[in-house]
Amino acid sequence: MKQQNIQLDENGKLRHFLTTEGLKRQLLVDILDHAENFTTVGHRSIKKIPLLRGSTIANLFFEPSTRTRTTFELAAKRLSADVLNININTSATTKGESLLDMLRNLEAMHCDMFVVRHARSGAAHFIARHVAPHIRVINAGDGSHAHPTQAMLDMFTIRRHKGEFADLRVAIVGDILHSRVARSQIHALTTLGVHEVRVIGPETLLPREVKNLGVHVHHDLRAGLTGVDVVIMLRLQRERMAGALIPSEHEYFELYGLTAEKLAFARPDAIVMHPGPINRGVEIDSEVADGPRSVILEQVSNGIAVRMAVMSIIMGNRFGGEGERE
Amino acid sequence: MKLCIHGGRIVDPANGVDKIAHLCIENERIVSVGEPAPDFSANRKIDASGLIVCPGLVDLQARLREPGQEHKGTIASETSAAAAGGITTLCCPPDTDPVTDTPAVANLIQELARSAGSAQVLPIGALTPGLSGKQISEMAVLSQAGCIAFSNADQPVVNTRVLRRAMEYAASHDLTLMLRPQDAWLSADGCVHEGAVSTRLGLPGIPEFAETLEVTRLLTLIEQTGARTHLGPLSTARAVQMIGRARFDGLPVSASITAHHLHLNEIDICDFNSQCHLRPPLRSQRDQEGLRRGLARGVIGAICSDHQPHDADAKLAPFAETEPGATGLETLLALSLRLTEQGVLTLPEVIAALSWQPAKILGIPAGTLSPGATANICIFDPQRYWRPGPATLTSHGQNSPVTGWELKGRVTHTLLAGRLVYALDE
Repeated sequence: MKQQNIQLDENGKLRHFLTTEGLKRQLLVDILDHAENFTTVGHRSIKKIPLLRGSTIANLFFEPSTRTRTTFELAAKRLSADVLNININTSATTKGESLLDMLRNLEAMHCDMFVVRHARSGAAHFIARHVAPHIRVINAGDGSHAHPTQAMLDMFTIRRHKGEFADLRVAIVGDILHSRVARSQIHALTTLGVHEVRVIGPETLLPREVKNLGVHVHHDLRAGLTGVDVVIMLRLQRERMAGALIPSEHEYFELYGLTAEKLAFARPDAIVMHPGPINRGVEIDSEVADGPRSVILEQVSNGIAVRMAVMSIIMGNRFGGEGERE
Repeated sequence: MKLCIHGGRIVDPANGVDKIAHLCIENERIVSVGEPAPDFSANRKIDASGLIVCPGLVDLQARLREPGQEHKGTIASETSAAAAGGITTLCCPPDTDPVTDTPAVANLIQELARSAGSAQVLPIGALTPGLSGKQISEMAVLSQAGCIAFSNADQPVVNTRVLRRAMEYAASHDLTLMLRPQDAWLSADGCVHEGAVSTRLGLPGIPEFAETLEVTRLLTLIEQTGARTHLGPLSTARAVQMIGRARFDGLPVSASITAHHLHLNEIDICDFNSQCHLRPPLRSQRDQEGLRRGLARGVIGAICSDHQPHDADAKLAPFAETEPGATGLETLLALSLRLTEQGVLTLPEVIAALSWQPAKILGIPAGTLSPGATANICIFDPQRYWRPGPATLTSHGQNSPVTGWELKGRVTHTLLAGRLVYALDE
């Protein structure tokens, strides 16, 4: 049976934002264009616009997060929505109340949108498939699967620095295997039509069929960085050593840690990005992280504008769609 | 009680029979195939014109959930589903709760099945007590209590010394082993095939060689110990090739696959469809083709249901948290019949893979329509279309990855030892 894209409504407009995979280029460009309009809101004395006044947005975080949750909360508040922050201890839910029971309860509180972070791949899809039809879902990171708003804020940051995507070479370095950010970036970059996407890391940290995603694979950082315009470093989780995926942080930094010397292989105007939080001295040297080519903090502030854009587009589509029906 | 099944197409691969004829049953045995004896007067007639009459199906692996998980299914509910699927004999793996590692549990299962009266249930005994993989179980005693074979269910015996002893012990008592090849370490935490889909969805994968590595270890031990071993259900094309070579070399090894793995592959998981969360996992299209080829070449002797009924909640969670397995008893025949239209097997070959061949693997006198044999019979309408779903499935488990598919071929009557245990239109 052919399933239609759960992310789109009957008019082909964004209904939920679960993954950057399978969306048209124009849809992604619209998000970036919208975000441009929101970048100045934070600089005003009154940092609010009334686009989502009267809407209730629930942040459902089944996994701890500070930055992502805070930027989603700020984005919602700047759009004048009411925000409900719910941090859920996953072990408690698996014992008693099921995920679905919890969703039913939140629906009963008349929420309009769920922003979901969960440790399991596919959780946001699962929720989107089972919520009441009027509720919209934004994936704020599910397992190793997707983190689409992070990818879009990265695209936004790249576009602000580089302009067009077509001629760019982008390298993503590190633990691609466990990274929802990397998967979402790869789909967004290939959809936006960059010239080349490279992934760099040891075989142990690369998904088995990563080439299927349309990327070039490098095991050597220097060779992989040669001539790139954008370097995206990924966070290395400590538990990867226990899984025998890499021998030690020391050796990892030796091979894949970004230092000024290795960055010199990239183009002279290359920018350095990181979804944060960064492990200084593990995947990136402080000199580079705090250096002139780093745009890491800019990514964070762009995150608010991009999340405002996604929320307002989705809620706008919803009101538009309902208006036509009624 | 005398019964005549009138005018059906009799397909009995064990005897090379494929003809339109009458089949006569007296009490619980088949008395003739062909023209009824002149003195045979039936008390009851089943009009089988346009229908196919074949041996009752023999399913090498179906979980009935009792004892231990009665909220998912009971021996009564699931054997009744088996009857609706034309299955008259089925084997249930030992991962019940308590584990089938004592004669008491084996007896309980058979007793409950007898009183339900819908299908013959043959328990598979635990190879190691509690499936712990640490010692060998009382295989001879369990065998006397009715255990048809021995298995460690989904828990691979990690300790090769224990496995060697278990196989030697089984060989010395002429017992059959049924093992599902899976390396414990390589499959830990995985929930889908490690490949294109696990890459896309970020789901933890189980590599192909989790299966082939274990097949290598098991084939080496089979060669050394001579233990008669059944491997299955298989999921990879390479494992089929390896077993084909071993069979050519004369090793006492046989293999099976599930009907679902013949028709689905990893791509059907699409966007986290938990009904396609199976164990072994659905693998690549190449593997799916390899399994079909293995069946066509006779390396794989049997198609099983690998029936695993679940309550609805078991499939309602993010993919990796859902429980693996699909309900399968009632779709086994129709899914297998698809192979005839797809040119993989002929009709008698499909029937053989569902009846006579699995019976031979188990070493039981079933799966034939020979005069004198127990009258376990499946009658089906090969032209009848139906869709699996709540309206058509009787199993407690509605968890089917083929819900809503249009299937061709539906069981109309099932006879167990000469007794009608299922009739579709009555």
